[in-house]
Amino acid sequence: MKIVVRIKLVPDTAAKVVVEDGQVTWGDAPLVINPWDEFAVEAALQLTEQHGGEVIALSVGEESSREALKHALAMGCNEAILVSDYVIDPDTQRTAKVLAAAVEKIGDVDLVIFGKQSIDGDNAVTGTQTARNLGWPSLTLVSAVPALDVDAKTIRIERAVEEGRQVVDGVLPAVLSIVKDYGEPRYPSFIGIRKASKAEIPVWSLEDLGIELPNVVVSWSEIMNPPQREVTNEIVQGDSVEETAAALADKLFAEKVL
Amino acid sequence: MANKIWVCIDQFKGEALVTSWEAVGTGRKLADEVGAGLTALVFGEGVENIANTAIHYGADEVLLADDPTLADFRPEPYAALLAKLAEDGSPDVILFPTTTRGRELAGMASVDLNTGVLPDVIELDVQGDKVTAIRPVYAGKLLARTECSSKPQLVTLRVRAFGMPELNESRTGTVTKVDALMAEDEIVTKVVEYATVGAGVSLTDASIIVSGGRGTSNRPQLIPPDEITDEKEQEIWRAQQGFKLIGELASLLGAAVGASRAAVDANYIPYSAQVGQTGKVVAPDLYIACGISGAIQHQAGMRTSKVIVAINKDPDAPIFKLARYGVVGDLHDIVPALTEALEDRLSY
Amino acid sequence: MDFNLSEEHLGVQKMVREFTQKEIAPVIKEYDRKQEMPSFILPRMAELGILGINIPVRYGGQGFDYITLGLVCEELEAMDSTLRVIMSVHMGLNSMAILQWGTEEQKQKFLVPQAKGEKVACFGLTEPGVGTDVAGMSSTAKKDGDDWVLNGEKMWISLATKADHALVVMLTNPDAKDSHDRLTAFIVEMDSKGVTTGDIHGKLGVRAGSTGWIAFQDVRVPDANRLGEEGEGFRIAMSCLDNGRYTVGAGATGLIRASLDASVNYAHQREAFGREIGKFQLVQQKIAYMVQSYEMARLLYLRAGWMKNQGVRNTRETSIAKWFATDASFQAASEAIQVHGAYGYSDEYDVERYLRNSKGAVIYEGTSEVHQLMQAGYALGYRKDGPLRKELPAYDAEFWQEEK
Repeated sequence: MKIVVRIKLVPDTAAKVVVEDGQVTWGDAPLVINPWDEFAVEAALQLTEQHGGEVIALSVGEESSREALKHALAMGCNEAILVSDYVIDPDTQRTAKVLAAAVEKIGDVDLVIFGKQSIDGDNAVTGTQTARNLGWPSLTLVSAVPALDVDAKTIRIERAVEEGRQVVDGVLPAVLSIVKDYGEPRYPSFIGIRKASKAEIPVWSLEDLGIELPNVVVSWSEIMNPPQREVTNEIVQGDSVEETAAALADKLFAEKVL
Repeated sequence: MANKIWVCIDQFKGEALVTSWEAVGTGRKLADEVGAGLTALVFGEGVENIANTAIHYGADEVLLADDPTLADFRPEPYAALLAKLAEDGSPDVILFPTTTRGRELAGMASVDLNTGVLPDVIELDVQGDKVTAIRPVYAGKLLARTECSSKPQLVTLRVRAFGMPELNESRTGTVTKVDALMAEDEIVTKVVEYATVGAGVSLTDASIIVSGGRGTSNRPQLIPPDEITDEKEQEIWRAQQGFKLIGELASLLGAAVGASRAAVDANYIPYSAQVGQTGKVVAPDLYIACGISGAIQHQAGMRTSKVIVAINKDPDAPIFKLARYGVVGDLHDIVPALTEALEDRLSY
Repeated sequence: MDFNLSEEHLGVQKMVREFTQKEIAPVIKEYDRKQEMPSFILPRMAELGILGINIPVRYGGQGFDYITLGLVCEELEAMDSTLRVIMSVHMGLNSMAILQWGTEEQKQKFLVPQAKGEKVACFGLTEPGVGTDVAGMSSTAKKDGDDWVLNGEKMWISLATKADHALVVMLTNPDAKDSHDRLTAFIVEMDSKGVTTGDIHGKLGVRAGSTGWIAFQDVRVPDANRLGEEGEGFRIAMSCLDNGRYTVGAGATGLIRASLDASVNYAHQREAFGREIGKFQLVQQKIAYMVQSYEMARLLYLRAGWMKNQGVRNTRETSIAKWFATDASFQAASEAIQVHGAYGYSDEYDVERYLRNSKGAVIYEGTSEVHQLMQAGYALGYRKDGPLRKELPAYDAEFWQEEK
C-alpha cells in the first residue's frame, strides 16, 4: 500500500501571531509541522504497520517546508517530497490542484491523508478539494479505520460529525482527513532523527508535475489584528464562598446571558 | 427578478440544523441589499417540510431534491447535484452553514464549478454581485478580509456568527422539485452505521459553556475510594469530582461542558470536549472557565465569547485578563455555590 | 570553529523536550511531594532510547555523540533533576565506563542490555563515612578462588533500589604503598546473593528521584566482572567522574534555563504598580544574570562534550563546566524565587523545586570546593592529568552508527 501524507509548515501553536505593517509575523516563535498533520502521519504509519506499505510525506510550499518534512521522516515516513516553486496562498483550490498533480506523479497511491486542517489558514477544505481533483472519494474527520483491504480496494472508516460517530464504507484510492481521536502521534525516534537529518528530499517543480500554475481565485485583500476587546476585569469577592457566588450570580443576570 | 443568491440547507435525518436558518436569514439580507432573489436548496429524503420552513424564514424559491440516495449526506452525490443546478442556474453566491457537511459540500462543489471557497466567515458584505467576507485565521488570532474572483462564490457561515431570522409562516414561495443526479450504484461511499454520542448540548451550538481544566483535580483533601490505589487513577477520580460539579452547573443552565487541552491530555475527559486551537473553537454568550489557567492555545478557542467568567486559585492566571468577571478561589468550592445561587434565582 | 548544532542534535533536543513536557510536566510536582519516583519513567526512557543515547548502535545504543548526551541532560533537567540523575548514573558513571574500560565480553554482557534500557545501571563509590576522600574507603573485595567476595556499604547511590547492575569500587589492596593503587572496580548484578538496598527519604531535593544505599554481605562476584586491572579502581572511578560530571554540568545548565524561562514568563504575567514586573530594572538585572549564567554554562559543557568527541582528555574542562553550572544553577533558582515573590516560595510554582533540586549537584560528583582546588591546582601547575591505560574512545560516527 502506498500512502501519501500532506505536510504543512506553520507557526507554532503557542506563537503570538500578529499583523505588523500589514504583514503577518510571529516573532521568534518556531515554524513547526502543522499539529494536525502529526495525527495524519500517525494514522498513515499505523495503517502501514497493520497492512504493509510505505508512507510518503508530501509538502507544497517554500524551501523552509523541509523542516516539517524532516519531522515526518523522523516519525517514520519512508520518503519525503517537496514541491517548492509554488508559494502557498489562501487559495486552497490552487493548492489542491498542485497536490493532486503531485499525487498523480507519485503514482499508484492508495490513500492520501490530510490533517483535519492547518492551523494558519483554518480552511479545512483542501483535502476534499484534492480528492475531487483526483476524482477520489473524500472521507473527512476520520477517527478510526476499522477495516481496510488493499487488494479488494475497500476501506471502512469511522468519522466524527456533529451528531456523533458515523461509519462509512468507501473504496480505494481515497482521501482521508484525520482527527485527534485517531491516536496521539508518536515522537520522532532517534533512528528516525538520524535518517531524517541525512535524507535527501527531492524537489519537484510545477514543470515536473506537468502543470501550469493554477489561477488565483480566492485572495485575502487584507489581514488584520482582531479589534481589541475592551474587557473590564472585575474580581468578584465576598466574605464567604456563598456571598461570592451570590454576587457573581447577580452580575450574570445583569449581563442577560443566562 | 433573477435568483442570484442561493443557500444550502444542512439537515440531519430530516431535521434542518438551526444554523441553516441563520444562513437563510443572511442570504435574505444580502438578496434584499442587491435586489436579488433567494433560493434555498434542500437535499434529503422526506424533507418537504424543510422546504416550507425555508420559505417561512425568507427564501423566495426552494429547489427540493427528495431522494433515497440523498437521505444521508455524502459529498459526492450532493456536490454533483449542487454543481449541476448551479451550472444551470448561475447563482452569484452560494451560502452554506459551517457544519462538517456544509464545509465538505462547498469544498467538493468548488472543484466541479472551478471556483473557490470562503470557509467559516463571520461577516459578509455584498456589493453588486461580489461578496467580501471576514474570516478568522490563525485560530482566531487574526482576521482576513477575503474575496473570490470567480463565480459562484461559495461561502460557509460560522455557526452563531449571524443572527436568527424571524419565522414568518405567512410567507409564500415556490418549491421546485429536482431529481438526484447520481444513482445509488454510481455512489462509491455508503453510510453503514450511525451512533449518537451522549445526549448533552453540543459545544459549537451552545450559548453557554462551562469548562474545566487541570484545576479540577487540584483538590488534595478529596480522598478517593480505597479500591483506587494507582496515583494517576486517583488524580482522574478527583478530576471527575470536579467535572461532576461543572456538569451540575452546566445542566442547570442548559450549557455544554468543555475542557482545556491539559484536562484532555490528562485523561480527565474525552477529546470531544476540548476547546482551543487543536480542539473546538467556540463563541458562546457565556463561557465559564473553571480551573483553567488560559494558555494561549485555549484562548484561541474561546476568546470571542461574549462574557467570560474565570474561576481559578491562581490570581496571576492569564485567564483573568480575558475575563469580565473573575473569582479567585477553588472551583470545588465556588462552582457548587454558584450552582446553588443560580438555582435560587432561576426558580422564580 | 563551528558553533552550530547539527540537525541530529536539534532533532534529539526537540524530541526529548517534547517527551518531558508531555509526559513528565503534568505529574512531576505530585511525585516530588510524595518523594517517590514515577514508576513509568525508567521503562519509558528505555523505550524511547534515551538510556542508550550515545552508545554505539553495535552495543545496543542509539549511536549519537557525546554532545548529544549533554543536550539530552540539559533538556531532562530543565524539566526535573530526577531525569538527569538517571542519565548521570546509568550512562555517565556506569555505561560509559564499560565502554571505556570494559572487555568485549563485558560490553556484550552488561553494556548491550544497559544501552537498550533492558537493564538499569548505577554506580557505587561514596560510603557512609567516605565522600571526597575516595581512597579512604572501607568496603572490601577479597579474592577467593576465581571469585571476589564483597563486603561493606555504599551510600547516596542514585537508583540503588531500581538498578540491575552496579559499578562499584572496593578496597582490594589496603597495603599498597600508593593509596591510589588500593582500589578495584567491579560490576555487580544486583540480584546477587548478599546484596541489599534501600531508599533514603527526607532529602532536600530530587525528591522524585531514587537515592539509597547498597549493602554487601559476602557477595560473590566472578573475576570476569572485574572492570580494568586490579588496583586500577581509583583511576577508573576518576574517569567515571569525568563523564558523570559532564552530565551534571549539562543538566545544571538546563536548570538555569528553566529558572530563566519561569522568571521571564512570570515577569510578563505579574503586574505591580500598574506595570508588568519585567519593566522594573532590578527584575531585569536578575534576568540578565540568568541569561549570562546560562550562556556560559552551556558553552563550557559543549566544549567538554566536543573534547570528548575528539578523544581529548577533558578532566580540567569538565570540572570547570560542572563547578560553574551547578553553582550558577543554585543562584539562578534562588533568584527565580525572588522574581516570583511569595508565589515562588510555595509549590504552586516550579521554582522552589528548582532551588531544592539545585543544591545536591553542588555537593556530589566533586563539591564546588573540590573543583576550586582542582582548578587552582591546574593553574598553579600542581596538578596534571597523566594518560590512562584506556581513554574514552573518540566519537567516530561511522563506528558508532554501524549496525555491526
